[in-house]
Amino acid sequence: MASPHIAARPRTIIEKVWDNHIVSERPGAPALIYIDLHLVHEVTSPQAFAGLRERGLKVRRPDLTIATTDHSIPTHDRNLPIVDTIAAVQIEQLQKNCADFGIPLFGPHSDKQGIVHVIGPEQGFTQPGMTVVCGDSHTATHGAFGALAFGIGTSQVEHVLASGCLLQARSQTYEVRVEGALRPGVGAKDVILNLISRIGIGGGTGCVIEYSGSTIRSLSMEERMTVCNMSIEGGARAGLIAPDETTYEYLAGRPYAPKGAEWDKAVSLWRQLPTDEGAAYDKQIFIDAAALEPMITFGTNPGMGISVTAAVPDPDSLADPLERDSLSKALRYMDLPAGKPLLGHAVNVVFIGSCTNSRISDLRAAAALLKGRKVSPNVRLMVVPGSQIVKRQAQEEGLDRIFKDAGAEWREAGCSMCIAMNGDQLKPGEYSVSTSNRNFEGRQGKGGRTFLASPLTAAATAITGVVTDVRTMMN
Amino acid sequence: MEKITTFTSRVAPLPIDNIDTDQIIPARFLKTTSKIGLGDQLFCDWRYDANGNPNPDFLLNQPQGKAAQVLLAGDNFGCGSSREHAPWALTQYGFKAVISTSFADIFKGNSLKNALLPIVVPHDVSAKLFATLKAEPAATVTISLADQTVTLPDGSKVEFPIDPFYKDCLLEGVDELGYILKQEPAIAAYEASRPLTVNTLA
Ligand code: SF4
Repeated sequence: MASPHIAARPRTIIEKVWDNHIVSERPGAPALIYIDLHLVHEVTSPQAFAGLRERGLKVRRPDLTIATTDHSIPTHDRNLPIVDTIAAVQIEQLQKNCADFGIPLFGPHSDKQGIVHVIGPEQGFTQPGMTVVCGDSHTATHGAFGALAFGIGTSQVEHVLASGCLLQARSQTYEVRVEGALRPGVGAKDVILNLISRIGIGGGTGCVIEYSGSTIRSLSMEERMTVCNMSIEGGARAGLIAPDETTYEYLAGRPYAPKGAEWDKAVSLWRQLPTDEGAAYDKQIFIDAAALEPMITFGTNPGMGISVTAAVPDPDSLADPLERDSLSKALRYMDLPAGKPLLGHAVNVVFIGSCTNSRISDLRAAAALLKGRKVSPNVRLMVVPGSQIVKRQAQEEGLDRIFKDAGAEWREAGCSMCIAMNGDQLKPGEYSVSTSNRNFEGRQGKGGRTFLASPLTAAATAITGVVTDVRTMMN
Repeated sequence: MEKITTFTSRVAPLPIDNIDTDQIIPARFLKTTSKIGLGDQLFCDWRYDANGNPNPDFLLNQPQGKAAQVLLAGDNFGCGSSREHAPWALTQYGFKAVISTSFADIFKGNSLKNALLPIVVPHDVSAKLFATLKAEPAATVTISLADQTVTLPDGSKVEFPIDPFYKDCLLEGVDELGYILKQEPAIAAYEASRPLTVNTLA
């Protein structure tokens, strides 16, 4: 509980959630904060479990921990064996670790398996006001519910498994206020890509972002997750959105959400979370939503983004020599000329998936554009649902048919080509338009080149075979 | 954890901003279940060509890179993925410190847990050091964690910031998890003070 002197001052939601979770605060040391939910996956956990075994420690709160297999698991038919023996060992190791330490697991054959940041909200594990951690930098996705959600390293995974707590220094607060109505063809992905192109990929370092304003309030929960997901690409430790009726409506009735009287009690507590009037932030930025266009990245980090109609910037226009070199290096890797738009640039692969854009609303948006159309013969379109539940829902709605009829691949849930460690990858030199969150060199396969964009831009590009402004295909 | 003492070393310059952890250690090497063996894969896609042969243009394949225990890089080093495999790869290769004008948060935290010093210096110092190394590749720096200083090749000293808690942990070899577990009474009291939020075992 917050002490009276803290409550007297207007606070942001970021400070409220933080204050609610302080276990101890000693001078000269980071605060020890309590973790309400710990999400675990196969890639960043094995060394942490090995650490527990070495010390003879137990998992303190298996009941606040949930594991899934998503990163290295192939997205082909789950009845086929995993041919990559190293990946197979990693997945088996997670199964063994979960069994030995009593942690529930949505394993390869679970009907609830999926990307860790898709299943948390889907099952109602993620709730407002919580602290959430995962050995994964996109944990900020869960901030869409008004949770304080941090990505952590494997040592910290071990700390949280053993103690339920994390040593963490207080963050600065950063308000990103987005006001106004988004124009047709422009969505949540464009908002976040625009923000990162403005503040740069280090712009939020040391900060937790609160996204606010009328545009954010009008977004669905899935769109809010898309925005919060990429907070790390702006360098922020976390990003969150205060809970409101949209949040409660999404959560009500989810399998692990509170029920009955517990639900009413929880909602009344959640209603106290939004930022108090007059609370101050360390940093602020304002975005005019009505001025936004569909965004696309041209370079090798998510900050290298432009409007889909704009020209790729020229390194010679930059004064700082290191910045100039970095941009030149990026354009060399991407094999792109400066000063020309990306529109019309041929691509080999379109990837619709990842924890940024693999939820049902993303698939619906892509399917709406693909319905009755064909994927360009020069393009491989992969559609990878974020979870088995998303997959089933899409099939119930007939979306899988639309994708397959258009000539797309309809795959099993997982991270897939977002991270290219599971068999799904670009070949050297290939170009993709991808709805994922990272365009780093080699991220989608060694030598592969990634343009990040929204599901709408991705679907439009899949149809034409070249980078396309989706607005030219909408009625 | 190993204690950090004062050391003098050559410096490997990598004048690129925003070096992300996918470059430090590409994701396909993250299928391992151990921490060992990652040094050989450090900067793999810059270090080796398509046939797996060392790329002679890349720093770590040159005498300067091979001899250095300190890496000098552009701004915002270690951004992107939270993979602790990045500091594991850097330390197994032999690096003890990275100097930059800024670090991504998670990378910095991960480094401090693996006896890899993330040293932040002002822009002018970084630019001067890059220039010195261009002229004298064998120039050395001395790093003292106790004094929080880097002694540059010209003998001048620059102070660097470090969280006092992590400084003590690194100097004394204190184990962070041990420190946390000693606070068991406070953790138990905290748990008792509030209702269960979710039950994943339900
Ligand atoms: S989909 Fe991509 S970004 Fe998201 S958790 Fe998986 S690998 Fe990470």
